[in-house]
Amino acid sequence: MSDATAPNQPLMTSDGRLLKDALQQSLRRSKLKALGLISIPFLFLVIVFAMPVFNLLVKSVDDNLINEVLPRTFAIYEDWDGTELPGEAHYEAMFLDLTGAEGIQIGKASTRMNYDKSKWKSLIKKSARKFKNIESGPYKEVMIKTDKKWGDITFWQSLGSMKDPYTFGYYLNAVDLRYNHDKSVTAQPENRRIYKMLWGRTLLVSLIVTVLCLILAYPVSHLLATLPLRYSNLLMICVLMPFWTSLLVRIVAWMIMLQQNGVVNDALVHNGLLDDENRLAMMYNFTGTIIVMTQILLPFMILPIYSVMRTISPNYMKAAQNLGASPALAFLKVYMPLTVPGVGAGVILVFIVAIGYYITPELVGGKDGQLIGNQIAYHLKSSLNWGLASAMGVMLLAGILILYWCYDKIVGIDNMRMG
Amino acid sequence: MSAQPAIRFDKVQKSYDGEVLVVKDLNLDIAKGEFLTMLGPSGSGKTTCLMMLAGFETATNGDIFLNDRRINDVAPSKRGIGMVFQNYALFPHMTVAENLAFPLEVRKMSKSETESRIKRALDMVELSGFASRRPLQLSGGQQQRVAVARALVLDHEVVLMDEPLGALDKQLREQMQYEIKHIHENLGITAVYVTHDQAEALTMSDRIAVFDDGVIQQLSSPEDLYERPENSFVAQFIGENNKLVGTVKAESNGVSDVEVPGAGTVRAKTVNTQGIGGDTLLSIRPERVHINPESGALENTMTGKVEELIYLGDHIRTRMSVAGNDEFIVKVPNTQRQSMLKVGESATIGFQTEACRALDV
Repeated sequence: MSDATAPNQPLMTSDGRLLKDALQQSLRRSKLKALGLISIPFLFLVIVFAMPVFNLLVKSVDDNLINEVLPRTFAIYEDWDGTELPGEAHYEAMFLDLTGAEGIQIGKASTRMNYDKSKWKSLIKKSARKFKNIESGPYKEVMIKTDKKWGDITFWQSLGSMKDPYTFGYYLNAVDLRYNHDKSVTAQPENRRIYKMLWGRTLLVSLIVTVLCLILAYPVSHLLATLPLRYSNLLMICVLMPFWTSLLVRIVAWMIMLQQNGVVNDALVHNGLLDDENRLAMMYNFTGTIIVMTQILLPFMILPIYSVMRTISPNYMKAAQNLGASPALAFLKVYMPLTVPGVGAGVILVFIVAIGYYITPELVGGKDGQLIGNQIAYHLKSSLNWGLASAMGVMLLAGILILYWCYDKIVGIDNMRMG
Repeated sequence: MSAQPAIRFDKVQKSYDGEVLVVKDLNLDIAKGEFLTMLGPSGSGKTTCLMMLAGFETATNGDIFLNDRRINDVAPSKRGIGMVFQNYALFPHMTVAENLAFPLEVRKMSKSETESRIKRALDMVELSGFASRRPLQLSGGQQQRVAVARALVLDHEVVLMDEPLGALDKQLREQMQYEIKHIHENLGITAVYVTHDQAEALTMSDRIAVFDDGVIQQLSSPEDLYERPENSFVAQFIGENNKLVGTVKAESNGVSDVEVPGAGTVRAKTVNTQGIGGDTLLSIRPERVHINPESGALENTMTGKVEELIYLGDHIRTRMSVAGNDEFIVKVPNTQRQSMLKVGESATIGFQTEACRALDV
């Protein structure tokens, strides 16, 4: 034994450095390399996922826009007791705010104000135009003369709920509630209540689609996992072929099948199973959404269940039977519990995709097949109420996270096998 | 052996596709308390026979009896036969105790009965402390024992084992061979064991049925199988074997004179030849061949050239070229009085008539 391996002597490299340092240095280099490799996907994830989600969270509570446009008005708003029309000072502040701010900002703010009380938008638009010709006060009189809505106390009262730079109003709106001008919460007027019903319908559709997918996928997956390779490959292609086909093509195909004069109805009428005047309505309604979504989401259920079933040795079923269980009992007691990881993954996957589904209900849902996803799209694209759209998006996300948490508590996430 | 066999295969045939018979005309009686091994290369039909016995395959033709009861049409769950599966087939979502309790619960046995049986079965395989573990938390050998315990928890008289030791390493496999053998002896059960490992079969069995091509080639005790193979397949499948091909010139009193090109006439025990004039394959075990024997001591002598020497401690494995066969192996015991051979040297080899069996080509 040489001296180098004596217990007190530190190990050295041949060129006289400490072996520990040299090792660390060479390891550091490979660590940096590994970090470099993951940094690109990490950045990508931050930019395309984390930041938008954060943005969504901010948008859903952000209410600073009106404060930027009406700083003078809000500065003295608290001085007003809210029982009768405010004094000259408030009218002056409002006048200066509206003439001082940029036109675009005023437009955006008025849109936002309109969510809380209708007619705000038209009032401000009209006023901003006419105020240009006014040179001096007393503003209260002049403004009410310009538009008598300025003399309506409810407009002034509604400003109370817009004063804070943040708001939970969007979340309230998303469940058919709203703030009163004194910040108390009440239900929306009856004719504006749609979201609670939509959330309910979305949950119902997701549940029905998930259950239908499970019922349909389980036997197919079992066949896939047990058939000889030759046949199972063919079956797998049958499963994947729709998966590879454009979503739109599939939906249009379903339209051809399901419409009033479609293939299914024609066949039923032709065979005398249905009267010509009693053709089934399977499209542009709830049923249509269910049928098409089930078909589209089926592969998401089949693939994880199949991947788990494939790993279950047929010997388990044989062993159970050898130990005295009938084939049915062996299936219930041995085979089914072993497929739970795949079933769990499939159920979660289908439910999550279904709950945020948008394109299918949009195209085949009609009026009573619309889901919450369609409302989000509507507010993003048409009404431009991004705050409400964000709030609903955050609620969807939260719902999914809660679901995930429940699954973890009941089955265990480690138990899930995506494929 | 008792008069009534525990298991009887009567003219059993099996074909999967209707074209090829994987089991051809199987007739086999297995006595009560016997340890019978089905040995053969893969695809020889041995596992199919076991599966027909367990009820997972149906016999295409013929009858299978268990204690004189025809069981062809009895469901696997009603046959009352224990089984240890390849890779054990322990249910991974159940603990060891739940695995053992499964057959008892299916039969709606009382809780106290269930518990005492589980305890007894675990004691038998020395795994008393492992009842609450999951199968995947056990080592391969422990899983193996649990599988044996599960097959025996119902006191079945017949237990089938399908290559139960295939997944274990060599040392553990040998240890488990003895353990299974002892359990078999202690309980007096009838065991049918399938393996392709001949050492395993020789160690454990009362009788061995050597399968090839869907037919039992030989059914006999381990000793007979090794010492007195009845055909060339068995001779080559069991143990190591030297082959010399020749023609039978004369035959008398069970001894054939065989003309081997390049080695003269060899006197061999007649076992399975086609009579005078027919070709035959002579089979000689490597350990029965002597190097440089005293002249006149052995009936058969010939010369061979040493091709290769491999030192194996207790013996030296010597590869020689004899009568055109350069794969002729001789195991030379490592004793001091043996003169050392050298590669390239010629040496005389000899063996007795009894050690040389004339078989089919």
